[in-house]
This record gives sequence, C-alpha cells and structure tokens, in this order.
Amino acid sequence: MGHPFRDVAIVGVYNTKQARVLEGHDTQSIALEAALGAIADAGLEPRDIDGVVGGIASNFLYQSRIGPAWRSMSPLGIPAVIEGAMAIACGLANTVLIATGEAGSYRQHASTAPWTRPTNEFVAAYGMFTAAEFALMARRHMHMYGTTPESMAHVAATIRNNGHINPEAVYFGRGPFTAADVLESRMVADPFHLLDCAMTSEGGTALVLTRADRTDDTAKAPVYLLGGGTDHYGPSYQHPPVWDLGGVRRPDLIAGHVGRRAAEEAFAVAGLGPSDVDICEFYDPFSFELIRQFEAFGFCAEGEGGDYVMSGVIEPGGRHPITTDGGTMSFSHGGASVQLFQRVVRGVQQLRGECLSSQVPDAEVAMCTGGGAGALFTDVLLLGKDRP
Amino acid sequence: MSLLIPQSGDIPLPVPGPISEPYWQGCREGVLRFQRCLDCGAPTHTPALLCAACASRSLEWVDSSGRGEIYSWTRVWRPVTPAFVTPYVPIIVTMEEGWNVLSNLVGCEDDAVAIGKAVEVVFHNSGGADDIVLPYFQLVG
Ligand SMILES: [Zn+2]
Repeated sequence: MGHPFRDVAIVGVYNTKQARVLEGHDTQSIALEAALGAIADAGLEPRDIDGVVGGIASNFLYQSRIGPAWRSMSPLGIPAVIEGAMAIACGLANTVLIATGEAGSYRQHASTAPWTRPTNEFVAAYGMFTAAEFALMARRHMHMYGTTPESMAHVAATIRNNGHINPEAVYFGRGPFTAADVLESRMVADPFHLLDCAMTSEGGTALVLTRADRTDDTAKAPVYLLGGGTDHYGPSYQHPPVWDLGGVRRPDLIAGHVGRRAAEEAFAVAGLGPSDVDICEFYDPFSFELIRQFEAFGFCAEGEGGDYVMSGVIEPGGRHPITTDGGTMSFSHGGASVQLFQRVVRGVQQLRGECLSSQVPDAEVAMCTGGGAGALFTDVLLLGKDRP
Repeated sequence: MSLLIPQSGDIPLPVPGPISEPYWQGCREGVLRFQRCLDCGAPTHTPALLCAACASRSLEWVDSSGRGEIYSWTRVWRPVTPAFVTPYVPIIVTMEEGWNVLSNLVGCEDDAVAIGKAVEVVFHNSGGADDIVLPYFQLVG
C-alpha cells in the first residue's frame, strides 16, 4: 500500500484578524470570513469546494449553494484535518473546506471561558477548569522528576516572545518577556502563573485541501500530510486527570504520555523521527504541556523535558523552534476549537516560507499538535514540502 | 496563608444519574463508596458500567476506608466562577483500595498540601435539589 495521504495536498490556509474582541462579528460571520480567505489563498472559488468539515462550514455550504456536497461534523482541529484528507484520499470529495471561528461568546470575564469549564458531576463542584486540570498533571511531573517552574517559565517566555514580534498576534508588541516576568505574574493555578497560561480572544481560521493532482491550478506551493494520528483516553475534564491513567492494551502508554502512540504512528508512516522535525508547532494551552510533549513524542527521555527545553533547542534558531506565531499564549485562543487548527495553519505557512516573523529558513518538516494531557487527548500531524 | 474550608456559595452541584446514584447516596449516609469487580477484584471510579481493568459488567458497590494519600494537587487563585472562594486546593487522592478520586483539601492552611500526605474523607452537606453531600478530604494527624 502506498502512503495514505499521497494524493492529498493542503493548498489554502487563512487566519482572520485575531483580537480580544472582534467588534461587529459573531461566530458565523468570522468563520465565513475565514472560509473565504482560505479559498482565496488557494486561488480557488467557492464553487470549487465539494466537501466541508465542521458545523460552521456547513453554513458556508448553504450560503454559497455549493451543495450537494460531502460533509463531516468533525469539529476539533487535527482530527478534522485528517478526516478531510481521508475524504479526498477515499474519493468522497475533491476539494475540502475546513472552517471555524468564534466571536461574541465570551466577553464577560467574571468566570473563566465557557470552553474551560465543562459541567460534570465529579469535577464541577470542586472548582475545576482547564488550568487546574493541566496543573494536576504538571504537579505530578514535578514530583516525579524535579521539573521546575523556571523551565516552564522559559517555555512561556519563548512562545510569548514569538508573539511579541508577530504583527498578526493579539499580544504583538507586549514583550519581550523573560522567564522572571512569567514567574512574577500572579498565580492562577499552582504551578501556573498567569503568563504560563493561554489567553482568551476571538477569531476565525480555515484550510482548504484538494487532490494532489489538482495543485497545478492552485495559487501557492502545496503542503503535504506526511503522517498523523490522534490519541484519546475519553471525554475531557470529566474524570480525575491522573498522570498514570493507563490503558489495558498498551499499559506503557499512560495518560501522562498521551500523544506518544499518535506520534509513533505518524513518524512510522512518514518514515521520519523526531530529529527530522524542523518546526515544532506544538499546542500550548499551558507552558508545562510543551515539556510533556517533547517527552511523549520521543525528542527526549521521560523526565528530561525540563532540561531539554532549557538546552537551546526551542528558541528561534534552535534545532526545534516551538509555536512560532506565539500560539495560544500570544497569537490567539479564539474559542473552543479555532486555536486547535492554528498549529496546522502555521505549519503550512512555515513550510511555504511566508511567515511575517520567526520564519524558519529552509524548513522541510513541521510537527503540529493539539490537545494535552490535562484534556486526556493529544493529536499529531506531520507536514512536509515533498509529496510522500 | 488561609484556612481551607468547604465552599458554601452557589457552586455547581452534581446531578446524580442512574449509574452514580449509589455513590451520592453513600455520601448522604457518610460513607465513601466505589465499585469493585466481582470477576477480577479491581476498583473502578468514576461510577461506570464496566470494570476499568477487565470490562466485566459484574460490579458491586463497596465501602471505602475513606483513607488515602495525595497523588497530585493544585492551588487555585483565579476562581472558575465568582461563587468559589480562593484559594481552594483541588487534589487527586489515591485511596487505600487503589482508586483515584478528585476532591478539594479542607481543614488546614493552603500551604500544608503536599504529594504523599495522608488524608481522610470528610463530608459536607451542600444542599441543592438532590440534597447533595460532597466528599472533601482533610489531612490525617
Ligand atoms: Zn474486572
């Protein structure tokens, strides 16, 4: 069997303006703006789309009257991209639009954002939300391996400095930041300070995938899916986030290493390993999560992630630069799902060489991720310039 | 430092379902219960239809000793909603029978928390439509 995604290419990506508040927009309008932007980026017209992914893309389907078309409701980031690619690989669609956005759903900030606090009878009464969930994972790692708040702060400062110089970031110009700045910011959920955490904002994002044999008509160089996978242990934020939560099929794959199986499978399909990755567009809901992902994906040994991120690899110019647009800490965290697509969007922009800041020269392979241990899932996607 | 106490504001309370009702009824009676597999003996929590170790459907409700040790913790200063008084300290407790439960630490100063410390369950009547009694944990000794 050939490569599963050999016949699929990503040909359009687009982020709308991202901001703390997008005046005049709601969720539907910003997602539609993203959809049109990605189609234009691909050099295509709405009528070229014959497949859509996501609840909001469905609205585009109706408004543009491009139906009947293939449709999936897959909502959350990398799994939606993989599903769109599978639809093309299986011949269910030729050109798939994946679009999402959110605006106006969180503007009164007395409580944490709605997407951070799902209701559940075993966690809600104890004041749990995403920061606390991820903090319980981080604290256990600190206990086992001596991981320090300083190493987490270094991750946060690195990502925030990427956003500081990115004119498209919500927090453009807010820095530069040092690790000391992070450690001096107020505590949210120990060990996470305010600057260890994602922000909240509004925005839209979209991608267009098409058949690899149709890329002669598209505007920019195609980017290919070299491999991908998703690791899930169950619903997020409903059960205790236990580092050692294990499965019965592979007892070695505990929740603290979530994403390892997905990465192993993605690397195997791609014929690559961690040392081949030029850009680490890792999802950054909280600073510790980057340390954990480097361990889970095999860039370093278990327990060594703290030292690893301090070794000069994650900064611009390092071997594995992270989250180059500023991520959810500085670029944008546009809602329940928008930011889960934006690691992929940035990976494509990096491989095209079109980033306005922190462009990694001559990059060949980008690793994009979503989720995190506190949410009991991690998704992985490997992107490349060469057709697999 | 501040003394940790059960939350008394308008916090979100559990709505028991058919699978979880025995757990909450135990709390009303002052007993922390968990499910144990009749086939393999493994404990399961949160309440489920399947054994977490062997997927057997033969589960029985048994009483826990109520004692365990702190597995992980965090201390929250930015409350999830204004109903919560800060700081509060979410903890995961590994119970003596080998199952994990999420709760809050109470009855001590907030900086007394540490992984490995022995704790025991204490119950707090939170009211609500289902007359909910929440299990919290306090340090032992
Ligand atoms: Zn069993």
